[in-house]
Amino acid sequence: MDFQSCVNIQKEWDIVGARQLGRDRAKSIGFGTVDQARIATAISELARNIYLYAGTGKICFETIDEMSQKGIRIIATDNGPGIRDISQVMEDGYSTSGGLGAGLPGVKRLMDQFDIVSNPGKGTEIKTIKWLR
Amino acid sequence: MDTLKLDLENYRELLKQYIETQDESSLYQVEQFSKMSMQQKISPEEIVNAHIHALRKLYPELPAEVNTSFDFLLESMISYGLAYQEFQALREKQLELKSEISVAASMQQTLLSTVRPQVKGLDIGAVSVPANQMNGDYYHFVTDKNETLGIAIADVIGKGIPAALAMSMIKYSMDSFPESQRNPSSILGNLNRVVERNVDPSMFVTMFYGLYNPSREVFEYSSAGHEPGFYYNASIDKFEEIKTKGLLLGVTNDATYDQFEIKINNNDMIILLTDGVTECRIGDRFIEREEVLSVIKQYTHLPAQEAVEQVYKHFERLQDFQLRDDFTLIIIRKEV
Repeated sequence: MDFQSCVNIQKEWDIVGARQLGRDRAKSIGFGTVDQARIATAISELARNIYLYAGTGKICFETIDEMSQKGIRIIATDNGPGIRDISQVMEDGYSTSGGLGAGLPGVKRLMDQFDIVSNPGKGTEIKTIKWLR
Repeated sequence: MDTLKLDLENYRELLKQYIETQDESSLYQVEQFSKMSMQQKISPEEIVNAHIHALRKLYPELPAEVNTSFDFLLESMISYGLAYQEFQALREKQLELKSEISVAASMQQTLLSTVRPQVKGLDIGAVSVPANQMNGDYYHFVTDKNETLGIAIADVIGKGIPAALAMSMIKYSMDSFPESQRNPSSILGNLNRVVERNVDPSMFVTMFYGLYNPSREVFEYSSAGHEPGFYYNASIDKFEEIKTKGLLLGVTNDATYDQFEIKINNNDMIILLTDGVTECRIGDRFIEREEVLSVIKQYTHLPAQEAVEQVYKHFERLQDFQLRDDFTLIIIRKEV
């Protein structure tokens, strides 16, 4: 495991910074252009969620380099209000119907692994991985 | 994804052929390619990617600006790809729900099934068709050893699954009433308490209960706010509205229901219906009750079952074969 790099999300402009950092990391791991674009879109969704619903938080990136496989891990954390009903936000059509974008189900589709822990009143942590194929 | 890689070469060949000849046949083939890709759930960004790779291979000397612009195009396709995948997932879910509902609907039919009884001296016809898969209308015939015939017809305000669930409950509570309390007034009184206690306050049920007594040749009835039916008096060849009064079931727990009676002579008819018949809509307007009656009149010379089916077919066609509400119609004629 190598070092973690993070971007604080406070204003909308920070979303672009997070995308840039994540894309550079993905490129250096060896992801192709299609997967780079998918990873950047997933980062956008995560960062937008923080910006819109939590106010502030951060997005961190890690390179995974294990014996059998390589990949990128994205960790989004915030100290916002948390998500009371995770099943509901993970449901297709829940966030997209409001025109807010791909939502968390979209992130899950763009990536290979997805995990979310949320405590109402305390905040949310989302960890997601994309493997290099 | 392996199949796409296989087809990538194919795509490149097609593209080359098209650029050189601009023939319709390559366009037709790429149409096939696109359909095949959709079957394999391949997202638009992957097609764009295939195009970029094919083009770079065919024209290694592409201007750098053009090359870069493709990355831009690719990026703009990602959200479409996501929407496409979401659409696929929702479509699968919809199919699941549909089959689940059809299982529920057939179960409802079993639970609420009623047999059109053969009663000496009466010709009985009944039809009940749901607007969607599940029926919020209900009718039921009860016969007993004294040859009396009980007829229940009810409509839950609202339709679909909640209405259907409420109906099952009503049928089973009706079955549990003792035989001594089978007069229309007390049946509605008892059901009213059941509905008031057990059904969501926002849901109301209208119901008409009639009891034909063959020895007295009298039709006794009560109504809980149900759409009034019609009585046909054969001796003067006139239809009149069956006048009733009574509160919907489930409004207050102490509602009482007056009982009325009509003497039934030979060839007289009782016509019972739900508001799916009277509130049938043609274009933007609701049909008038007079019009409903005039349609029914056209078919009353037929045997009762045939008549109700013909009336239904008539309204079905009038509404372009799309019922807006559950439709139930019963005709009972006293035979000579």
